[in-house]
Amino acid sequence: MTSEMGQAAIDVLPVLIFAGGAILLIFYVMFAPQRLQVWSAMGAIVVLGFAGLATGWYLGDAPGMTFFGTFAADRTWLWGTLIIVVVTVLTVALSVEWFRTDARQGEYYVLLLLSALGAVLLAGAVDLMEFIVAMLLSSVTGFTLAAFHRKSRAATEAGIKYYLLGALANGAMAYGVALLFGLSGGTSFGDLRTGLVGADPMAVVVAFGLVTIGIAFKLGAVPAHQWMPDVAQGSPAPAAAFLLVAGKVGALIVLMRLAMVLPETVVGWRPLVAVIAAVTMTLGNLAALWQDDVRRMLGWSSVSQTGYGLLAVVAVGRSDLAVPSMLFFLAAYALGNMAAFAVVVSLRGLTARESFRGLGSAHPWLMGALVVSFLSFVGIPPLGGFTAKLLLMGAVIESGYAWLAILTVINSAISLFYYARIMGPAYFDPAGEPRPNMGRLAFWTVGVATVAVIAIGVVAQPLMDAWQALVLLAG
Amino acid sequence: MLTLAIFVPLLVAAITLAIPKKYEHYARPLAIGTSFVPLAIVIAAWAQFDIGTAGFQLVETTAWIPSLGVSYTVGVDGLSLALVALTALLFTVSIIFPIDDHGKPRAYFATFLFLEAISLGVFLSLDLILFFVFWDLSLVGMYFLIGIWGHGDAQRSALKFFLYTLLGSLALLLGILGIYLYTDPRTFNMIDIIANLPVPAGGLGPVLIFFGLGLGFAVKTPLVPFHTWLPPAHVDAPAPASTILAGVLLKMGTYGFIRISLQMMPETFQRFALPLGILAVISILYGALVAMAQTNLKRLIAYTSVNHMGYVILGIAAAGALGVGSEASRSLAMTGAVVEMVAHGLITGALFLVSGSILARGETYELDQYGGLAGRAPRLAGITMLAAFASLGLPGLAGFVAEFQIFAGTLGVFPWLAGIGLLGIVITAALFLRMIQQVFLGDLPVRWDGWRDLSRAELYALVPLAALVVIIGVAPAWLIRVVDSLSQVVTAGIVP
Repeated sequence: MTSEMGQAAIDVLPVLIFAGGAILLIFYVMFAPQRLQVWSAMGAIVVLGFAGLATGWYLGDAPGMTFFGTFAADRTWLWGTLIIVVVTVLTVALSVEWFRTDARQGEYYVLLLLSALGAVLLAGAVDLMEFIVAMLLSSVTGFTLAAFHRKSRAATEAGIKYYLLGALANGAMAYGVALLFGLSGGTSFGDLRTGLVGADPMAVVVAFGLVTIGIAFKLGAVPAHQWMPDVAQGSPAPAAAFLLVAGKVGALIVLMRLAMVLPETVVGWRPLVAVIAAVTMTLGNLAALWQDDVRRMLGWSSVSQTGYGLLAVVAVGRSDLAVPSMLFFLAAYALGNMAAFAVVVSLRGLTARESFRGLGSAHPWLMGALVVSFLSFVGIPPLGGFTAKLLLMGAVIESGYAWLAILTVINSAISLFYYARIMGPAYFDPAGEPRPNMGRLAFWTVGVATVAVIAIGVVAQPLMDAWQALVLLAG
Repeated sequence: MLTLAIFVPLLVAAITLAIPKKYEHYARPLAIGTSFVPLAIVIAAWAQFDIGTAGFQLVETTAWIPSLGVSYTVGVDGLSLALVALTALLFTVSIIFPIDDHGKPRAYFATFLFLEAISLGVFLSLDLILFFVFWDLSLVGMYFLIGIWGHGDAQRSALKFFLYTLLGSLALLLGILGIYLYTDPRTFNMIDIIANLPVPAGGLGPVLIFFGLGLGFAVKTPLVPFHTWLPPAHVDAPAPASTILAGVLLKMGTYGFIRISLQMMPETFQRFALPLGILAVISILYGALVAMAQTNLKRLIAYTSVNHMGYVILGIAAAGALGVGSEASRSLAMTGAVVEMVAHGLITGALFLVSGSILARGETYELDQYGGLAGRAPRLAGITMLAAFASLGLPGLAGFVAEFQIFAGTLGVFPWLAGIGLLGIVITAALFLRMIQQVFLGDLPVRWDGWRDLSRAELYALVPLAALVVIIGVAPAWLIRVVDSLSQVVTAGIVP
């Protein structure tokens, strides 16, 4: 038993690094004097660095199913973890200057690590209990991050809305988990696969629906999407960037695992996910159309992006492209979103559409980066977003859901409209006054994220090599 | 070698952006010099091209994303060689043509060189994904070109252009994906797909693919009723951008119809050749009639583009129609269509540049503001009249050669469509004659007493176009032989 426990602990080393690092950082934050609090960001980077190294090390030989069948430390999880690590590192880089004068900044980095840990756990969960722990860890830290500027009305409003919706969604999820446990007699996903055959189909549908609401909340999918625009607009910009992305990574992977074990003969989950995808992408796009607040627009566009990402889940089990397309989507969206928010942070949170007028010549680099991230969201080649959409559409066409690909196309064309409402005036209107800049670190973060968006599109082969034969374990 | 034609302009575009502000006046000479590189490469390629060999030549290939069957492959055949030559030439003259760069010469010439690389890439690509990458980037380049350096309601026109053509190009992407999913082993390589024809003839899938591709190409060409983005884009674009839009970007649509719709799905194309021909005739008549009603010079030329692209599509439809025994007619129609693409690029390119010269002097496109300019500006009048006569199909000029072959070929396949389509030529003749009469003949309004004739820089841009219009009109064999090497392959169903 002990040796098995020891082996399990070694298998999930990246998780332990996250957890241990966060705990050490709490102690530092508690005891370090105020002038040394700035270094807590460095501490977070060190933790993330070790977690990233450990994850990369394991990629060569993934441990696979571990922790007594409750955790899937497979390659897909490792890649998901890597994406989360990169996103968190970029978030820390954006936060340093933003929170420089905040006396509580140390706590912020601790919360950030724990929230990332929640997403990492979610990506590997193959047990309902594990799943609940991950969901709650990720949610509770998320609420705090969203409202971290407690004196800002916008931030507290975003936080409270996020919390109320989250409480509802997580409650529904807990109820759904209880139902699934009752119906299948076990908590691991493997038990669901066998235990649900012969169960009352109506009850299984209700249970799956309730769990889906919880996952939809993390993803920002209909019907629990409403927090995304609020958080994007009101929360501290670096935290918003993180919250829009990290949860998506964990939730999309776990949804795919869950979908794989549900017997299609009992629950027609595929059409259900397809409808959620269709409604999510369309609603997100239509709501983004007339937004005059850039961050709110990014929040709605994030909702529509979730809709595209769900195509990968629709294709699972029917197309070999399902897993690679999901990872490609997550990587491309995460980097694009970080780049766009990095531009906003660099402009000190500038968000009114009007104030972007004529910035094309005043801030050529920042606006160029914004254009790249927008065009990647639209799916213009050779950017990362294009390759992602190509794979996603290929996957659903192969799975017999060509109508979803057609809807994706229509939505992509619509999305150009609201991005152009910002790009157009930025370049075509007379030159505007330069805006105050955040600082060098934020500026370089823009550069790194933007180059990465271009690079994963142009040099896609190494990623495809790594992802095309990935197996997703589901117990 | 062909790769250099794409990447040299791309590289110099980046360098141009990096020129320090102090030296920004060097952007123009640098761009002009660079634009001769693709031109020289095309001439060399033309010299090396062997018209006796079916299929693609001068192919260069390297792996890109092998896991997905995506490669970087470029090469030419009779079709792409003609269009690449046209593209290189039109970009050189458009860059030479003097223009108000709104105080941003670096950005302007960098965008132009970028668009040149992209446009050459579209015609040279022999991989569907590579093709699509260039195709979509051409929209981005043109969007900024119209938006930043346009006039009038440029922002709105640029957006309309981008939205319409993006929707079309995404439909095209679905079609490309559809073809890809039929290939086995999976590949986007166009040479392989044309050789193996993986898409079956019957069933719903191929029809959907054909419609996706067709929508993408029809928006870009544009065929009526997908043309509504074109007039505003042309009217508000700066003159050289209009030239590129009409001369190069529209050709991408017709090129796609031949290269992808026809060559990759010949059997499905046969089933829809007649409806496509009917749409073409509607475009011919509608474009001509609406052009007739215009009082704005640039809108008039824009609608004649709709009309002329109708001829091209009619030729393609006839070439792809079913018909054992009509190979000769269909081959003739195909050659005509491709020659018409080249001719239209030269003629309309010249007309748009001329309209830019007129705007720079008179500050309006309204035809009734002008008159009697022939006496004041004989060189302007001469070149405009030459281009207008060529456009209406006067024998001895390039337009006639093309349109004669299209109609002669179509007559053997769709006789009554050819008959109706001929009416278009009558109408264009009327409208061009009226345009010439309004602008150049009659009394000279007093305020144009100081009208300047074409400057030397304008002549450098216009004379080569005019000369080629005459050369192709009088001695077209050198062009037709190259194009014929394609037409034979396509219409006889020879697998290259």
